[in-house]
Amino acid sequence: MIEPIFLLEAVINGILLGGVLALLALGLNLIFGVIDIVWIAYVDLVALCMYGVYFLVTLYGFPLWLAGIASIGLGALLGLAVHQLIITPILASPPINQLLATGGLLFFIQSFATLLWSTDHRSVRVTLPTIELGGIFISFTRLIAFVLAILAMIALYFFLTRTFTGTAIRAVSQDREAIALMGARPQRLYLVTSAVGGAMAGVAGALLIMQYAVHPYFGGAFGPLTFMICVLGGLGNMVGAFFAAFIMAQVISLGGVLVSTEMGYVIAFVIFIVLIFVRPGGIFARRA
Amino acid sequence: MGRRAVWSVVLLAVALVPALPLGVAQEYIWHVVIQIFLWSFVGNAWALMGRFGLVSLGHGAFLGVGAYATVLLWNFFGLTPWAGAAIAVLLTVLLALVVAYPCSRFQVVGHYFGLVTLAVGEVIRLLIVAERDWTGGSLGVSLKTAGTASGLWTLQFADKRVYYYIGMAVWLFGLWVWWRVDRSMTRAAMEAIGEDETAAASVGIHITRFKMGITALSAALTALGGALLALYVAYANPDTLAGIGVSLRIVFAVVLGGMYSLLGPSVGTALTIALSEYLRIYFGIKLIGIAETIYGLTLILFIIFLPSGIWGSLTGAWRRRAAAGPSRPAAA
Repeated sequence: MIEPIFLLEAVINGILLGGVLALLALGLNLIFGVIDIVWIAYVDLVALCMYGVYFLVTLYGFPLWLAGIASIGLGALLGLAVHQLIITPILASPPINQLLATGGLLFFIQSFATLLWSTDHRSVRVTLPTIELGGIFISFTRLIAFVLAILAMIALYFFLTRTFTGTAIRAVSQDREAIALMGARPQRLYLVTSAVGGAMAGVAGALLIMQYAVHPYFGGAFGPLTFMICVLGGLGNMVGAFFAAFIMAQVISLGGVLVSTEMGYVIAFVIFIVLIFVRPGGIFARRA
Repeated sequence: MGRRAVWSVVLLAVALVPALPLGVAQEYIWHVVIQIFLWSFVGNAWALMGRFGLVSLGHGAFLGVGAYATVLLWNFFGLTPWAGAAIAVLLTVLLALVVAYPCSRFQVVGHYFGLVTLAVGEVIRLLIVAERDWTGGSLGVSLKTAGTASGLWTLQFADKRVYYYIGMAVWLFGLWVWWRVDRSMTRAAMEAIGEDETAAASVGIHITRFKMGITALSAALTALGGALLALYVAYANPDTLAGIGVSLRIVFAVVLGGMYSLLGPSVGTALTIALSEYLRIYFGIKLIGIAETIYGLTLILFIIFLPSGIWGSLTGAWRRRAAAGPSRPAAA
């Protein structure tokens, strides 16, 4: 029998993981909700941003916070590039081709990263103390990442609700024909969305490199999970994705402690499959 | 020469390849062609679903169950691959039905279907990795050699040419199944379902039955392909025979060739394998990753510029020309 204290620790770690997963899912979901294309390679863009931070810190001696800010810019640029070079030409293609084009990008990024930087695992060592709270150990690094992720999501929330561009972006996701009639240009909004989604990838990259080592196949570890969270929350539904991220993180964290790491993921995916059957529009969908 | 004659000549030529004196490269050329046969067969099986809008991103799961069940039954119980593959196919069909039934009952289609199947693929891959005592985990598992017992009973052969003909037979069998489906009522029903489920149901098409049938067929063929691939290389690995990577590779090859034509999946598979083999040999171990980089880039470019696939575009253009030909003025 596992002592309750370990379970509590797993729950807290799950919450901390949930913050970062939510950030990943929100970026992907924003793009999906507006442009209606799933970027299969989204987490690979995050991995590129992680490489960016790694090299800025280790090679050019940037302080971590500055490298993190640069990572946001890098993410936004990558988002723009992906949209302009790959998404724009296939906007009118059948969904499977759109899916596969970003899937091709996934192969490209993974192997290009192998070519340039080999398969070495690289991490930015952040040596921060571990906090002890009544016998529970919490990594301070993870706590900081969690807080920053929450802050980034609040910023995204204000951008989407309080600015004109943000409101227009939400409008596109509701009705892409009507928005053109209202005088807004969907093409420009797509670009902004891709940049914002990319910037979220940049934030996520900066937060993830504090906790995990990056390698060319990093996207494979978090990619499928990120899609699951988006679908579970409802594709395009930001609030749903936020809560779904925490549910999945709990399942993985608790499953990892109770059974094994792989089984934690297996249970999470099985729960995902079952939930999709029960609630195809996501767990927070209103019944039609 | 009629079409039939042309194809007979082509087939005869392919069948005679092992008899050609290809010198030191012959073993390698056979190996590449065997890979093309078996992966084309798998691609064909995928296209049975894909062409009707059931875009599965989890065929790695079927491939993995087929391969691992066959290998493990032989390794641990000494069961002949004939029975092992049969059990593997049955297991896979069971898995496919467990997934397909709720998918069609609850109308999980489009993106959602793709992502559900992707999750199934990951579940199988992670289970293979997690059960490492049995499966060797992420290191993979080697097929126990049959030693002196190699032959038809164990499906292990010292001579590669046997697998060449097994591969060719299986490939032709896959094409035959595709052709039968193409001529059947199932095709009409599935196309109607792909267009509009509600309308299809209203004219009396039993949606769940057709969807489950085509999924089971596709899964069974994929499992057989997985079993043969594992038997041929005498090795199974969760990354090469299960999971998201291989699932995407299957889809790529098919879409690249064109999933709506009989030979599309084979053309796509042959090209992707030929391309990756060529790049691998050309660059060798000089620049690790460059072959895959070019591969990924080519895929993106093809999908942007040739959306209906290579074979699909070629036959489409040929048909348009044939249709426009006679009416065209001679001066043009």
